[in-house]
Amino acid sequence: MPGRLRIALQAAAVLVVALLLALLGWKVFNREEAPDAGRPAPDFTLPHLSSDEQVSLASFRGKAVVLNFWASWCGPCKDEAPLLESAWNRYKNQGVVVLGVDAQDFDVDAQRFVDRAGITYPVVRDKHGSTLGHYGVTGFPETWFIDAQGRIVGEHVAGPLTEEDLERNIKIALGEPA
Amino acid sequence: MTRKLLAALVVALAVVAPAAASEQSPTLPELERELICPTCHETLAASTSPIADRMRAFIRARIAAGDTKSEIKDKLVDQFGESVLAAPPKSGFNLLAWVLPLVGVVLAAGVVGFLTYRWSRSRKAEEPGQSANGRFSLDPELERRLDEELARYDA
Repeated sequence: MPGRLRIALQAAAVLVVALLLALLGWKVFNREEAPDAGRPAPDFTLPHLSSDEQVSLASFRGKAVVLNFWASWCGPCKDEAPLLESAWNRYKNQGVVVLGVDAQDFDVDAQRFVDRAGITYPVVRDKHGSTLGHYGVTGFPETWFIDAQGRIVGEHVAGPLTEEDLERNIKIALGEPA
Repeated sequence: MTRKLLAALVVALAVVAPAAASEQSPTLPELERELICPTCHETLAASTSPIADRMRAFIRARIAAGDTKSEIKDKLVDQFGESVLAAPPKSGFNLLAWVLPLVGVVLAAGVVGFLTYRWSRSRKAEEPGQSANGRFSLDPELERRLDEELARYDA
């Protein structure tokens, strides 16, 4: 085999291996993980479940946010919906917003869930699950607490909330002693 | 010639007709193999998650309503995004996923063919020469020595 051809083939092989290694490195170092407390909450803009209105997390800056990820087929989500609705009614005049993010779901099922549970807090629809990776969501329900400066605070509750979880973390988000 | 054309037509029909029937009258098992559960990232056929059950119910309802396979897939893509498809669509950027493996196979076949050709040529160059009557010819020095030995033996 002529020297030039051999060098070209070897260079191509090295290039392919380097490309595969770069891909592997990118995949390893770009893992989406749950943000730590004190870090800015990843922003997003998603359509409201019941209208074409676009809702962004940043639009709630200045308020404490209870960010709840759910889906209509998730059993524990049904159990905690009344707790979230109750907290919304108690705290909405004190600078607290409960924001539901429905994902991996059918529109019609999500709307039926909201109607049956009597949910009045804002709910957005993440059809493609784009926010799940940014928040490291691995199942439903999961809840995050965000302070008025848009930072993650308190505990990240992976699983159904209790009344105590809600009260304690809302107080932290409001900057009150828990 | 006519026979060959007819045979080609029969083969083409044998391939196209089932695909057209599947598009017009899809079945749940075939759609289960072509769709992914968004929570567990397995095909619907392999998944037992609640959303997979709900998707199966949706597909059954759409089949009963007379939707084509494409219509059912489009509705599910609208709800869950393209990641719900087990194979990427054959359009736009996703077309690369279909074309690149073929390009790779053709390139690999070309490289293997070229290397085989060069290898066989180099082997031929290394082989001893053949005379016109197909017999191998010896080194002239060796042939001279062999003739001498044979003459001595005859004597």
